[in-house]
Amino acid sequence: MTVVPDSGSWPKISFEARMATVEFRVGARPHITVDGEICRSCTTRACVTACPANLFAPTASGGILFNYEECFECGTCYMVCNHEGAIRWTYPDGGTGVVFRRG
Amino acid sequence: MADRRPDRPDRTLRPHGARTRGSVAPAAATPAYAPVDVDVDVDVVVVGAGPAGSAAALALARAGRSVVLVERGPFPGAKNVYGGVVYGRVLDSVIPGWQDEVPVERWVVRRSTMVMTPSQSVSIDYRSEAWGAPPYNGMTTYRSRFDAWLAARAIDAGATLVPSTVATGLLRDTAGRVTGIRTDRPDGDLTARMVVACDGVNSFLAKEAGLLPPADARHHTLGVKEVLALPPEVINERFGVLSDQGVDIEMLGCTRGIPGGGFLYTNAETVSVGVVVSLPELAASKVRPEELVADVKRHPSIAPYLRGASLQEYSAHLIPEGGFDAMGPLATDGMLVAGDAASMTLAAGLWLEGVNFAIGSGLAAGRAAHQALAAGDTSARGLASYRTDLESQFVLADHQRLRRAPGLVLSERVQQRYPGLICDLADGLFTVTNPVPKPGLVRIARRSARRHGVSLADLARDTLRAARVFR
Ligand SMILES: Cc1cc2nc3c(=O)[nH]c(=O)nc-3n(C[C@H](O)[C@H](O)[C@H](O)COP(=O)(O)OP(=O)(O)OC[C@H]3O[C@@H](n4cnc5c(N)ncnc54)[C@H](O)[C@@H]3O)c2cc1C
Ligand code: SF4
Ligand code: SF4
Repeated sequence: MTVVPDSGSWPKISFEARMATVEFRVGARPHITVDGEICRSCTTRACVTACPANLFAPTASGGILFNYEECFECGTCYMVCNHEGAIRWTYPDGGTGVVFRRG
Repeated sequence: MADRRPDRPDRTLRPHGARTRGSVAPAAATPAYAPVDVDVDVDVVVVGAGPAGSAAALALARAGRSVVLVERGPFPGAKNVYGGVVYGRVLDSVIPGWQDEVPVERWVVRRSTMVMTPSQSVSIDYRSEAWGAPPYNGMTTYRSRFDAWLAARAIDAGATLVPSTVATGLLRDTAGRVTGIRTDRPDGDLTARMVVACDGVNSFLAKEAGLLPPADARHHTLGVKEVLALPPEVINERFGVLSDQGVDIEMLGCTRGIPGGGFLYTNAETVSVGVVVSLPELAASKVRPEELVADVKRHPSIAPYLRGASLQEYSAHLIPEGGFDAMGPLATDGMLVAGDAASMTLAAGLWLEGVNFAIGSGLAAGRAAHQALAAGDTSARGLASYRTDLESQFVLADHQRLRRAPGLVLSERVQQRYPGLICDLADGLFTVTNPVPKPGLVRIARRSARRHGVSLADLARDTLRAARVFR
């Protein structure tokens, strides 16, 4: 458990520590895939800041690196992406994926 | 607190005692999927064991129908996130005495609406002793517990829960009538005389059936939440409540001008804090969602409540906020849609209610499906009583009456100007300016309005509009 500091100003806790509070039963199949080629021509990069799990990482060469493992399955990314075909979005296989205890 | 069972929601789902009809199909623990051991001739498949699905399954099972309740999570509630407060009176008629068995964290007795700037806030703080005693008003609870509890009531009534199973599409006959679902289990097609889709906000089933418009970010908000642990006595002291009493704070003006708002709810041993923001404008702002939660936590009016709290869980989920005007048709041949899958969350500024609307619509869908099966007509026409039923009770009555509310509450002036204006007004009224004499009220009002770029004509127009919207 991450301790949020005892003060009115909240120094950032690392994103890793934040995500470590969530249970993921990672499935074998990547339930979301991102077509980095399409992303190259994207000017908004909306997914990069909007994804609450911070799973979209821009690469130096102008592409997008995506990892499905710690995903909330919320749907934000496909809703804000306006490039047809960039994101292939499905639910993870039954019983796998995020498990919220305090949702 | 009625229920303090250990945090193993899966447990509540195992069949216990002499249960003759209801059951739970083999769940995630089984390494390879066990075949779905359900009657091939089931009356209804309900997809999604959230509040809508469990309510639908409960109504159907009570009416004597065979029901299979399919849930993609390892247990009901595992995938679900809300604020949150459940307003449970909708259960009175179906689970009498629910208050005594529901897994509650705290009964809300204080509800505060806080309008803020980065350094100021004005609150309307309502407190009611009546809300702390039966029949109560709202309760805080975790979805992993609440959803599991409601699903268990459907199982008790005879429904069969099939967890760890994704409905991947619809089965249809040559005429296009829905005849069941595909699932991700091997040999996983499930045929039924009817399908009730309660698969939540992204509802791919409702979209496939043409009952929900394709994804439209403008009608959705993102909710992000942190659950912060604090000792119960500390919560009681800081919020001024007794041990089973809870507090609900709704905030406006804390989201950096991104349309939306903040929330804080007290649970037994944690506080849930978060924001709800419009999707397109969040994306355009380039602000990360957790930064907005950090803003709320460090706000001078909120930070003292949370001092020393530790992060227990971070989470996020979408909300369909389009309201009445974003709803599609609710029935097609062989299928009904309920809850968030039908865009039924009431998100009208002063209210954020979805669980009660999901339960209300789920119960109605169950009743309509039963009647249609009894009458032998499960066409869209035969299912038309569903909408009339919803119109005759709060679900569609509230939505219809408040259909313009989301637009007003998310409008530029309400989001970006009025919070500052109201705080300024309070500052002008309550800051003692001695030796300068007090300015008159009208002067303060004029000055505040001018400072925040609001003309008196705007103010009059918006007041009138609000009166109409919330009539
Ligand atoms: C941040 C936030 C705060 C909120 N605050 C409140 C509040 O304080 N009070 C309130 O009343 N409401 C609140 N709501 C709204 C409320 O959470 C929803 O309206 C409510 O959960 C809708 O219930 P449902 O049963 O329709 O959908 P859900 O609760 O989303 O349930 C859908 C179920 O279907 C399952 N499912 C989905 N697809 C499939 C599939 N293909 N196959 C199998 N299973 C599937 C899911 O796993 C899930 O269990 C809030 C929502 C959010 C996001
Ligand atoms: S996923 Fe969509 S929004 Fe994100 S970079 Fe690619 S095209 Fe742009
Ligand atoms: S579904 Fe949500 S959490 Fe998962 S990648 Fe998309 S935006 Fe991120």
